[in-house]
Amino acid sequence: MTRQDIIKPENLVYEKPRLLNENHMHYCPGCSHGVVHRIIAELIEEMGLEEKAIGVAPVGCAVFAYKYIDIDWIEAAHGRAPAIATAAKRLNPENLVFTYQGDGDLAAIGTCETIHAANRGENIAIIFINNGIYGMTGGQMAPTTLEGMKTSTTPYGRRVDLNGYPLRITDIAAQLDGTCYVTRQAVHTPAAVRKAKAAIRQAFKNSMEGRGTSFVEIVSTCSSGWKMTPEAANKWMEEHMFEKYPLGELKNTVK
Amino acid sequence: MEEDVRLMKGNEAIAHAAIRYGVDGYFGYPITPQSEILETLEAEMPWETTGMVVLQAESEVAAINMVYGGASTGKAVMTSSSSPGISLKQEGISYLAATELPALIVNVMRGGPGLGTIHPSQSDYFQAVKGGGHGDYRLIVLAPSSVQEMADFVALGFDLAFKYRTPSMILADGIVGQMMEKVVLPPARPRRTAEQIAEQCPWAATGRRGGRKPNVLTSLELDSAVMEKNNERFQRTYSEIERNEVRYQEYFTDDADYLMVAFGSIARICLKSIEMARAQGIKIGLLRPITLWPFPSAEIARLSRKVKGMLVVELNAGQMIEDVKLAAAGTDVPIYHFGRMGGIVPNPDEVLAAFMKHFGNESQK
Repeated sequence: MTRQDIIKPENLVYEKPRLLNENHMHYCPGCSHGVVHRIIAELIEEMGLEEKAIGVAPVGCAVFAYKYIDIDWIEAAHGRAPAIATAAKRLNPENLVFTYQGDGDLAAIGTCETIHAANRGENIAIIFINNGIYGMTGGQMAPTTLEGMKTSTTPYGRRVDLNGYPLRITDIAAQLDGTCYVTRQAVHTPAAVRKAKAAIRQAFKNSMEGRGTSFVEIVSTCSSGWKMTPEAANKWMEEHMFEKYPLGELKNTVK
Repeated sequence: MEEDVRLMKGNEAIAHAAIRYGVDGYFGYPITPQSEILETLEAEMPWETTGMVVLQAESEVAAINMVYGGASTGKAVMTSSSSPGISLKQEGISYLAATELPALIVNVMRGGPGLGTIHPSQSDYFQAVKGGGHGDYRLIVLAPSSVQEMADFVALGFDLAFKYRTPSMILADGIVGQMMEKVVLPPARPRRTAEQIAEQCPWAATGRRGGRKPNVLTSLELDSAVMEKNNERFQRTYSEIERNEVRYQEYFTDDADYLMVAFGSIARICLKSIEMARAQGIKIGLLRPITLWPFPSAEIARLSRKVKGMLVVELNAGQMIEDVKLAAAGTDVPIYHFGRMGGIVPNPDEVLAAFMKHFGNESQK
């Protein structure tokens, strides 16, 4: 069988989404960002939103998200994506506007913008990548770093008496009247990927239908920051991160 | 069309002018002495008439980032604040400049530093014209001295911002913001259509309409060679603005032996002092910069070779005087400063007394 035979349309079950371009991703092996990028590219294509989508990129590892997914993007200052998305959506209500943010961006420096955009019920989708660490700057403590977890700024492990508690900001988002859909997912197995994709699809649909703020947390790995192999990082995530950040739907008023 | 003449505060004039200009969005946070801008817009409910979005943000930081978001989609968007709030906006202003986004920022100055006072001041001159935020950038800075100019500079600020793809600022003081005067409101015009925005702002993030290439609005560039090229492009724009957009007004400079330089509300007090001096036979002229950046350096240089002395009058400890001295470099004309700070506004007698202290003996010869 030649390669040409194999890639005949009737044989294809999986292919690279058209909106995911040829640029080499800078993400580390085992990082969850690549998978979530793929899901977003697939969904925008499948939902026919290519001419409507405006993504707001964060500061953090995903700062270059705009280099990989061929849609219009606005690169935000650190933490400010929900404020930027607020105006982009209010001024362009017919567009899909989503933010893509890490835990430092969303739950530390951007807490104010996150809470208030969600509380106003802005018709945006917030994709929140929580890997419990600052990846881009070299592995410092994040607001979501687990107790006892070693980072470059908690070299002996996070101590709650010094550093406070891991912040479950998604639980806070679920308490706000402005959110219509709040869920916590992961992308470490094919089944989890399918569920995460369904969640982001729902979030994008809510944005287009003007239902309020959708908040999708993806509990993620950072094998470089955690100093683990990708396989070990997935296992560690299941054993430790999911205890503090259990997967599942926290709120859905759109059903 | 019949003129629409009203009596109102400078802050209110800005709000009405914004609606009439066809501004797409205003994002603000309350702070004295400029809250009437947000209050007037909320009371006018322009979303029901022109479709303008008005939003009270959770902070000045959020408000300027909303401006960044709106400007990124090609919309005409603005914010307003007063000194401490403008400090909070500096990060966002730097990002606007670096991403080459048009926007209008209004600063109705109060006294500082710190929480300072709610009373009028001009002590944010350095912050506005020298940068304010990080990096090599400039703002087009317009200094209104009347309620009429508060209204007129909304259109001017936006027109310049879109022409050069760079943010502009109305640098008003609390006096111009709060005082009531007669104002002729500009005629109303419709907001731009999506097609007009696409034509005027082909760089805007609006969704890839018609399958065009993605538009990415970012100030990030890790390749230093490319970043330097970007910076050089910004500087070329600033040079072009310096060549084309200097604005100022002169009073009695034709026969002047002395020159006062003042901007904003204090320029009007200077004008009164000058009238008093002229009644005594002392010929003083006034140069009022309207654009604080680009600064009218060439005109000040020309006048500095004609006059015997200059007095720079400001509601601060001496900021614009540095640019006046730079403009007059190479001459030996004496240049002095007179300023009061944080809500203490001198009357014309005090300004004239300050002038006489420096130039009294020689000017009465």
